[in-house]
Amino acid sequence: MSVDTSAPATTSDTALRVADLTIAYQRKPVLWDVDLVVPAGVVAGIVGPNGAGKSTLIKAVLDLVPHASGLVEVFGKPYRKQRSLVGYVPQRESVDWDYPISALELVEMGLYRKIGWLKPVTRAYRSQALAALEEVGMADFANRQISRLSGGQQQRIFLARALVQDASVYFMDEPFAGVDAATEKAIMAILLRLRQRQKTVFVVHHDLETVREYFDYLIMLNMRVVAAGAVADVFTSDNLRRTYGGRLTLLDRAVDAIGGIRQ
Amino acid sequence: MNVERLLRTLLLSDYNTRVVVFGTVALGIAGGVIGVFLLLRRRALLADAVSHAALPGVAIAFLVLVALGQSGRNLPVLMIGALVSGLIGMGCVIVVNRYTRLSEDAALGIVLSVFFGFGVALLGIIQKMRGAAAAGLDSFIYGKTASMIRSDALLIGVVAVVVLIGTTLLFKELRLITFDPDFAAGDGWPVGTLDVTLMALVVIVTVIGLQSVGIILVIALLIIPPAAARFWTESLRLMAVISGLIGALGGYLGTAISGMAPRLPAGAVIVSVMGAAFTVSFLFGSERGLVRVLLDSLALRRRVLNQNLLRALYECEETGCTDSADGQIHYLSTARGWSAPQLRRWIRRATRQGLLTTGENGCWDFTDHGRREATRVTRNHRLWEIYLLEHADVAAAHVDQGADLIEHVLGDALVAELEDVLADRDALPASPHSLLPANEARTS
Repeated sequence: MSVDTSAPATTSDTALRVADLTIAYQRKPVLWDVDLVVPAGVVAGIVGPNGAGKSTLIKAVLDLVPHASGLVEVFGKPYRKQRSLVGYVPQRESVDWDYPISALELVEMGLYRKIGWLKPVTRAYRSQALAALEEVGMADFANRQISRLSGGQQQRIFLARALVQDASVYFMDEPFAGVDAATEKAIMAILLRLRQRQKTVFVVHHDLETVREYFDYLIMLNMRVVAAGAVADVFTSDNLRRTYGGRLTLLDRAVDAIGGIRQ
Repeated sequence: MNVERLLRTLLLSDYNTRVVVFGTVALGIAGGVIGVFLLLRRRALLADAVSHAALPGVAIAFLVLVALGQSGRNLPVLMIGALVSGLIGMGCVIVVNRYTRLSEDAALGIVLSVFFGFGVALLGIIQKMRGAAAAGLDSFIYGKTASMIRSDALLIGVVAVVVLIGTTLLFKELRLITFDPDFAAGDGWPVGTLDVTLMALVVIVTVIGLQSVGIILVIALLIIPPAAARFWTESLRLMAVISGLIGALGGYLGTAISGMAPRLPAGAVIVSVMGAAFTVSFLFGSERGLVRVLLDSLALRRRVLNQNLLRALYECEETGCTDSADGQIHYLSTARGWSAPQLRRWIRRATRQGLLTTGENGCWDFTDHGRREATRVTRNHRLWEIYLLEHADVAAAHVDQGADLIEHVLGDALVAELEDVLADRDALPASPHSLLPANEARTS
């Protein structure tokens, strides 16, 4: 791993600053002029319709897709210098679950950066990974090949891998997609714990009904940032209409959500 | 007589055989080990394109040698030609991929066929130009181990050692980029550099394999052993070891057999041996082999049947139909649609397993173990049923069916979670069936 000249630091109050970020695939723009300033210590939801660029925003911040233009800063410094402060939970579908690897070995990947180049995973690191599995309630499955886990269990070991990264800022791409109730509860508990530890978490999310419950900060996205701020301020029917357009059924559900009517 | 020759080859009696076997075994190990990562990175066809793209390089290197007044049969120079043109081919695939809307398979197909076609055309020119000198160049297409000399075998050995050291040192890093490149990049690893390192090792193995196995078949050395190894293990480390062993076996036996029938192209024989190893693995592999999978699903089916039977008997007991054996059979067959002979067969099996016993009136009754099992199964089933009713948008009519399938894959941990979830929702609600007292089932 390349050694940073200046040590990564979390001194700034701003966890993430994005300025003028534009992303284009094959000349077709996906995200326009994104400007964001997100304070440290919030659990931020990223919502928007399909194709709004939610995952792309995360990938752009993490430098996984090329930028047409723009600037990304984590705690006041360019992302590239602050990489060790950042944890990532990709979409579950993005990997091959038939890969010959056990749940424990997958979690150990989150420690590779700390272990460093060419060195094997020692017992001390292994027990760290095991502790993270314990934290997400998956210790009993440590040695199981990952395709023999349910979707929710797979999501939880992805989270455990991010936990051992011991980052300051987390980016999670749809962790709640297609999980069972037990996993949903486990993920919520983890989000809560991360907030208590003063971590900043970004979560791509689909379900508007749970926005108030899960998040204290919200980024509403539809190829550009429609609104961003404290949930109480920006989660309004007006902003929802501007984010999702005039789709009525969706709007009805959203209005229900704003009214606080939950199931 | 042939047997004698085979034995002489297998036992490495003469020097030439020893050299060739050493070379092909080293090649098999190198290909098998690096192939594991190639396969998991899903770049197998890229390696195929590289090997085909190597042909024009061989031909051009030959022409250059001849033009300089040298012998065209300078193997290291030919290999450098192969390496360069293989890399150009790989570059073309990447460029076509990135800057056009063609999909990757199209890009691979175009590069592979154009380069190979060009190479064949050049070979045609060479053969017309200077018949005698060019003889043997076409061994690059089909492979020829017999011409392998000591320095060739040593070169292959060195490459094999490099591959082994490289993959051992970079094991963790290669695992990371082959499993989850996005996470790796987000974590700050130079995925591009690691990818290039992996492909460089692959290309080197491909090029040194060209002469003995041939351009068309060299890809088999990289794909078949890891694909076969996957059937035996769920561990990446073991997969690499087994894959290397299968590669070595292919090289050894393939060389021995082709030594017996020198007219057979060695590459084809080596690949055939590997194919046989693949077939055996596919059928009998201890983790994912066909037989294992079938046995597993048979065992699952039996377990499902057993559990259904126990639950049905339990419900039969709840409704009080335990007067006579015939009454039980009648109840079960009408409630479940099972035929009486089927039922009797299953009951006999459950009795043999110590789950059921014959009680008074010739009725079947649970053994202690059987009762615990039946209670557990019934409770799991009802919990699941409630879960589906409560949490999932499943039409109520479908719930029982879903429960029948899913309860058998429910682990104990999930059942415990389910109980918690349901307990949170103000204890267990009434089930379509009458429910067990929670304590009784929990202690079981």
